[in-house]
Amino acid sequence: MNIIVCLKQVPDTETQIKIGSDRQSIVTDDIKWVMNPYDEYGVEEALRLKEKHGGEVTVVGLGPKRVTESIRTALAMGADKGILISDGALDGSDSLAHAKAIAAAIKDLQYDLIFTGQRGVDDDLGIVGATLAEALNIPQLSLIVKVEVAEDGKSVKVQRPIEGETLVITSTLPALITAQKGLNEPRYASLPGIMKAKKKPLAEKSLADLGLNSADFGAGARKMKILELTPPPAREAGKIVPGETPQEKAAQLAKLLHDEAKVL
Amino acid sequence: MDFSLSMEQEILRNSVRDFAEKEIKPVARELDEKEEFSYETMRKMADLGLFGMFVSEKYGGQGMDYVSYIIATEEIARVDGSHAATVAAGNSLGIGPLYYFGNEDQKMKYLPALCSGEALWGFGLTEPNAGSDAGNSKTTGALDGDKWVVNGSKIFITNASTRITSGVTALCRTGTREDGRPELSCILVESGAPGFEAREMHGKLMWRASNTSELYFDDCRVPQENLLGPRGHGFYQMLQTLDGGRLSIGAMGLGGAQGCFDLALKYSREREQFGKPISNFQVNAFKLADMALEIECARLILYKACWLRDNNKPFSKEAAMAKLHCSEVMYRCANHAVQLHGGYGLMKEYDVERFYRDQKLLEIGEGTSEVQRIVISRLIGAL
Repeated sequence: MNIIVCLKQVPDTETQIKIGSDRQSIVTDDIKWVMNPYDEYGVEEALRLKEKHGGEVTVVGLGPKRVTESIRTALAMGADKGILISDGALDGSDSLAHAKAIAAAIKDLQYDLIFTGQRGVDDDLGIVGATLAEALNIPQLSLIVKVEVAEDGKSVKVQRPIEGETLVITSTLPALITAQKGLNEPRYASLPGIMKAKKKPLAEKSLADLGLNSADFGAGARKMKILELTPPPAREAGKIVPGETPQEKAAQLAKLLHDEAKVL
Repeated sequence: MDFSLSMEQEILRNSVRDFAEKEIKPVARELDEKEEFSYETMRKMADLGLFGMFVSEKYGGQGMDYVSYIIATEEIARVDGSHAATVAAGNSLGIGPLYYFGNEDQKMKYLPALCSGEALWGFGLTEPNAGSDAGNSKTTGALDGDKWVVNGSKIFITNASTRITSGVTALCRTGTREDGRPELSCILVESGAPGFEAREMHGKLMWRASNTSELYFDDCRVPQENLLGPRGHGFYQMLQTLDGGRLSIGAMGLGGAQGCFDLALKYSREREQFGKPISNFQVNAFKLADMALEIECARLILYKACWLRDNNKPFSKEAAMAKLHCSEVMYRCANHAVQLHGGYGLMKEYDVERFYRDQKLLEIGEGTSEVQRIVISRLIGAL
């Protein structure tokens, strides 16, 4: 079974995000870039399916050269080959354009399953998975926490949590799955894995290589425009509910929730 | 000049850091408190590939360079000294002498299990009365027919009495040289050899979750072929091993200093006094600035020493400098980190308390700071 995993590089969640002077982008100077955690679940799931059913795992990343490190990390975890879509004309593109470029890179590959993270932890948009499935005309199974591929390798059964219940969905293959937290616990890139990854193939593709027109990409071609970035409001100080006994505190809390917070 | 690490080294650092944060940090405090060597974290470290890092793949190693090994050790030490000790001693002292001085049979026999982490190996050098004066070892090895008969004892030997320890390298006096000085040779003694006993030592100030032992040899007979390298090369082998070992102690100092700094910076930005974070007081900000500066300098000297080694250039002086400097930088960083934590820094609940204790070994083990200054003094022609 051949599996493709799409991978995005995002700022490490520990990074202190600063908004740039243009108020539309973030300062990237001191950022430590890591593989999007949701994509890591995708890599792990793909590797587990490969271990069970055989086949090959291809990792596709998009972005500047530094994304190579995240692709190599996935190769060190056990993926077989990588593709980096890298082109100066991609700078400033929106998610729709990204999906279009990724679709062009994988449309001619043999695949049974595609994984993306359910969203990138940077922009939190969650658009690429759905758009990519649409572009490839295959079913999309979103926010998935469990994946079982049928013995014959022709269908997949997945689970998606909804409001405390679980939705079980089956689909034909090929299909696209967006990975949700809880799908698995990703493995570490082992030291022997890191050494093996050095020798694994990693192809770099420009927009022209993919038969795409660079005029359809970049800031000018954005369908979604960022008007302004603002920092989240500072958290206000909490309130300690007064009272001598738990009963008194509970009564006081109910009163506050009703009168002040107006949630009751 | 190029100060950038290779992509593999960056991936290695990220992976080991992630591993250390998730697998070691949550259990480090409790293991320290209980003075317990964990076979579970040992297994996990082995599965990650932390043993045999610089050993060629032929013997089950990872075939990485020394810089990579040092980065991995540094990242473990950033979270816990005991686990870093298990890794550093396992590689530099356990695997190192067998890999560099062993014959093909010895390497094929011992290294695969040591590199996979199924087994550990000790390096028996220090004796109750031979610390800095290591050449004055009293343990003897006498050839009797086709057996070496070993008698004596060793102390403070890391990884030598775990239940997976498969043996030790013992520095023994095997005769007298023409110039009247002792002839020293390394003899391999397998665990369970008759007359050999390794006893776990307790009551340590630091590295409480690493395994430390006393070794006793009482007419312990091992096959003649257990000699490591040529007879009489023991002292040379010991010095070579310690040169490499110093780099790993340096890595533990650097990683520990980084761990102290990261904890101190985080705490100082969160802890408020007089209505603002304590990092906003210049007296504290300057401590943090000094720590950052010292760590940066320590990293440069340590990585340079490793680079010299990887490029087959002399590195004894730089190794001594790196070991001395990194351990002293950690001393100052641990001191600042506890000071910035105030009263909480004195409590076991805060990791800086453990770093403060763990640091002390680094100025003593594998050549005290005083010995490092002698080594440097000699190498610059002052002594």
